[in-house]
Amino acid sequence: MDLTVIFPAGIWHYLLGGLVIGAGVSVLFVFTGRIGGMSGVFSATWSYVSRLSYFQQTRFTSSRQWRLLYALGLVIGAALWLLSSQAGPVTTEVPWWQLAIGGFIGGYGARLGNGCTSGHGICGMASLSATSLWAVLTFLGCAIVTAQIVEALGGA
Amino acid sequence: MMSTPLFGNLIVVVSGALFGFGLALSTMIKPEVVLDFLRFDDFGLLLVLGGAVGVTLVVYQLAPRLMGKPVFAQAFGKRPTETLKNTLVGSALFGIGWGICGVCPGPAIAGLGAGNGSLLIVVVAMALGAYVQGRFANKP
Repeated sequence: MDLTVIFPAGIWHYLLGGLVIGAGVSVLFVFTGRIGGMSGVFSATWSYVSRLSYFQQTRFTSSRQWRLLYALGLVIGAALWLLSSQAGPVTTEVPWWQLAIGGFIGGYGARLGNGCTSGHGICGMASLSATSLWAVLTFLGCAIVTAQIVEALGGA
Repeated sequence: MMSTPLFGNLIVVVSGALFGFGLALSTMIKPEVVLDFLRFDDFGLLLVLGGAVGVTLVVYQLAPRLMGKPVFAQAFGKRPTETLKNTLVGSALFGIGWGICGVCPGPAIAGLGAGNGSLLIVVVAMALGAYVQGRFANKP
């Protein structure tokens, strides 16, 4: 079978990138015991500025510092990639309103469902959590249907 | 082994940096690549997810058995459980948002480091979405 049909951009950068992502989540776990999903930072950071009891839960106030550092690491790691590659800065043609609407709904949903592609997709599945497997199947299915509809309607 | 606060914080940044480097290397920080996957034009995202889950699965399953406790902490954490209803409703909404913009939380943040300033829109929008979720949450 010709792999270029389903992987027109090649496979190695995908595989290698995935292994490095796994290494990051693994280092965090081995050294600190923490589960390194990413969407939690969006709730935990609100605990610095919002008095709402929801955001003042211990699970947010006790994790906000490392979650912000973890997010800072993400920015640094991607910047190191930019410096080391020939690719140049990444850009996107997806219009701003698609980014805004998608980001808002996605942010709300990820926090309601307590996890995103990294939280349920990587950490949850690696924990052999049945709940996370259902979450992944649900968001993959909904994302595929939505993206196809957006394309049919003429979106980016 | 006890960690000094500096070293404990440093290892968190290093973990995040590996994560961010991997997201950039795998081009997941470009929304078009994610949307190509969701439209079945390029299945690369499955290789990224598979690679990441593979490594993490081995470490999550073996480290607690082999080490007993983490290098710098007293116990290995577990993912907090959410009700299945909230998980499924939230995941459905997350999927819809992801399908509209092609960006999930990790790539939104990492993308900023790779110069994709447009993703700041996604980061702000996600933060607002997370606020509204917490504001109208039933608990505590």
